[in-house]
Amino acid sequence: MYDTSLWLGGKEFKSRLIVGTGKYPSFENMREAIEASGAEIVTVAVRRVSLPGQGESLLDFVDPKKYTLLPNTAGCYTADEAVRTCYLAREAGLGTLVKLEVIGDSRTLFPDVIGLLEATRTLSREGFTVLPYTNDDPVMAKKLEDAGAAAVMPLGAPIGSGLGIRNPYNIKLILEAVTVPVIVDAGVGTASDAAIAMELGCDGVLMNTAIASAKDPVAMATAMRLAVEAGRLAFKAGRIGKKLYATASSPLEGVPEWTS
Amino acid sequence: MTVTVNGKPMELPEGLSIEDLLARLKVRREFTAVALNREVAQRARYAETRLSDGDKIEIVHPMGGG
Repeated sequence: MYDTSLWLGGKEFKSRLIVGTGKYPSFENMREAIEASGAEIVTVAVRRVSLPGQGESLLDFVDPKKYTLLPNTAGCYTADEAVRTCYLAREAGLGTLVKLEVIGDSRTLFPDVIGLLEATRTLSREGFTVLPYTNDDPVMAKKLEDAGAAAVMPLGAPIGSGLGIRNPYNIKLILEAVTVPVIVDAGVGTASDAAIAMELGCDGVLMNTAIASAKDPVAMATAMRLAVEAGRLAFKAGRIGKKLYATASSPLEGVPEWTS
Repeated sequence: MTVTVNGKPMELPEGLSIEDLLARLKVRREFTAVALNREVAQRARYAETRLSDGDKIEIVHPMGGG
């Protein structure tokens, strides 16, 4: 079937699934799961090196020549921290495509949208391709687009919660509100959640815990790849309307009579 | 002089550069970045950037995350 690609920061991606690199049982398992997911974009955190250095590095297992790295600003609670983290990531050679997080509350990890908007504006001006993790709020999504975001990434549910897409109607409203790609980021628990996001018309799904913390991350990564593809296909195919009563699939004419 | 590296105070010889520090700590260079007193240090200037008493250094690299 004909489909367009996902474009972010002038780069084309065939896969609409973006995966994280946290919480895997081992680097080897992570490598296999990422491969199985078919993802081309892989998120990473920016953290202090352990000293003295020389330990195993994440990038020994995720080939930066093969995957586009997407550094995040997880753990940042102010726009200033998030912006500085992006500068560090760029200097480290991780590129200028960034997943921007400005967290407002440690228990829910909900975004501080005021700081998020400010950081989006600053980083866009500085030439970064900014993908902000935001609420499922169409008004904020539009403001982020106007501030220069290259995509908006509303949460389906809290990070790592596995609660699925809690407010599909808001996701639909976000899709109407913006012209940049909409990528559901956070909340996916299982394959059907990813399919639902794609069936709504989202341009992609980003997930980490749902794969990494599954009993078998490689199998779940495969399930997610298929779910994203299936959901996308269903969206492009155009689903039927919902009706309260039955509509027969077989002709009503020509039914044989058995009355004696 | 005392310099705080990734949150830990370290006793270091005067006049040490960022380049010297990274070599001393055996830090892998690829995909690593350094912040000196909250400002990102330019990779090309590690050798000429001298550390001073009380400086705060952050050395970071990519780790698993979502």
